[in-house]
Amino acid sequence: MARPILEAELKDIGEGVIAMGALVESTISTAIRTLKERDPDAARALIIEDERIDDMEDEINELCLRFLATQQPVAGDLRYVISIMKIIRDLERIGDHCEDIAKYTLRFEKEECFKELIDIQRMADMASRMVKNAIDAFVHRDLRLARKVWKADEEVDEIFRDLHDELLEFAEKDSKNAKQCIMLLFIAAHLERIADYATNICEEAVFVMEGAIEME
Amino acid sequence: MQKENVFEIENLNLHYGAFQALIDVGIIIPRQRITALIGPSGCGKSTFIRTLNRMNDLIPSCRVEGKVMFDGEDIYDKACDVIALRKKVGMVFQRPNPFPKTVYENVVYGPKIHGEKNKDRLDEIVERTLKEVALWDEVKNRLNKSALGLSGGQQQRLCIARALAVGPEVVLMDEPTSALDPIATLKIEELMSGLCENYTIVIVTHNMQQAARISDFTAFFLNGVIVETDTTEKIFANPANTKTEEYITGRFG
Repeated sequence: MARPILEAELKDIGEGVIAMGALVESTISTAIRTLKERDPDAARALIIEDERIDDMEDEINELCLRFLATQQPVAGDLRYVISIMKIIRDLERIGDHCEDIAKYTLRFEKEECFKELIDIQRMADMASRMVKNAIDAFVHRDLRLARKVWKADEEVDEIFRDLHDELLEFAEKDSKNAKQCIMLLFIAAHLERIADYATNICEEAVFVMEGAIEME
Repeated sequence: MQKENVFEIENLNLHYGAFQALIDVGIIIPRQRITALIGPSGCGKSTFIRTLNRMNDLIPSCRVEGKVMFDGEDIYDKACDVIALRKKVGMVFQRPNPFPKTVYENVVYGPKIHGEKNKDRLDEIVERTLKEVALWDEVKNRLNKSALGLSGGQQQRLCIARALAVGPEVVLMDEPTSALDPIATLKIEELMSGLCENYTIVIVTHNMQQAARISDFTAFFLNGVIVETDTTEKIFANPANTKTEEYITGRFG
């Protein structure tokens, strides 16, 4: 005896999360591109686009609530749906961080940046890949991939610490760089948070697989 | 001092003629807790619950091997007094089955058979047990009317009161709410949570949510074998065995 209705609803929910994950992942890349290219139109578009992420969260949340109410899942099914409800909140928060980065782009608009954004770009690339891998680890129940994301987060933290020190030094050396330094520091902090959310998603992947959140 | 576990069962094998209904069953039933037995029809859970007060003795082809220790004594030992055993291990069935007698007579039937004649003491038993099953207020003015006039849910609570009247340690319940509507079912479930302050309850249920709601421990039976037994929380949140997971999530078969 299979449960076709339950399986179909789980599939819808799973596909919703994959689509939302893909959108969030591309939003991270777009946010940094708008910054590097000083593209205010793209930044404004991203801010509007964030509403779509919010809507997706609402839609998936709705599906999960209906699933809980009508299917009364237990065991693995229950853990899966509870995890998804947390993951979509994390994805929505990542969207908000991207929106904040886009708002900095608008403030940067006319200014020439005093330094090339190499580390920020690296952080953004890593964070974006981490989100993709985290969703993949969750969907494919891939413990090894989840561990990889964990490791990557340590690296992002390290880049952030170094960048933090470097920007402080720049600000101390020449006070007219201070404003940009502060803005870049905030942007880097947003990226660091995004990477943290990716590790949260991995925790959920492990929880679904093993019923407990443990990671060495 | 009472032992912590009411029942300790080891290597229990039960045959009906050539058919083996229970295979190497081992389980402990903790005192003053609710233990739920789940599993598909024909998996042996009703057979198992009936071994706990030797109800299977009534089936001529039934053969039992292994140890069923109740308060430290093997109930399948020749020396076991089956009448005394059934006084300590009562039973409630799927369909309410009150005797075609008055409410009062239903409750005092057991105590009378066991020799209680004192009217005051019988009155006291009736009031106490009907209060224990939250039926007293509903029937106190109709104690001398037929029990068959009660609703299904009231009849089932009366049957539980009848089981409690002889002062058991354990109450076995074989799908006690499957013939009741959801409200009567909830009343019985609430009742069970209260009863386990004084009694040990073993319940067979096909209703997964019921097992999850009310029991402390759950055992999953399949084809005469206990596949998994653990705290109810563990069984329903993260069962160890794939077969258990398939069954409780409804993907069985």
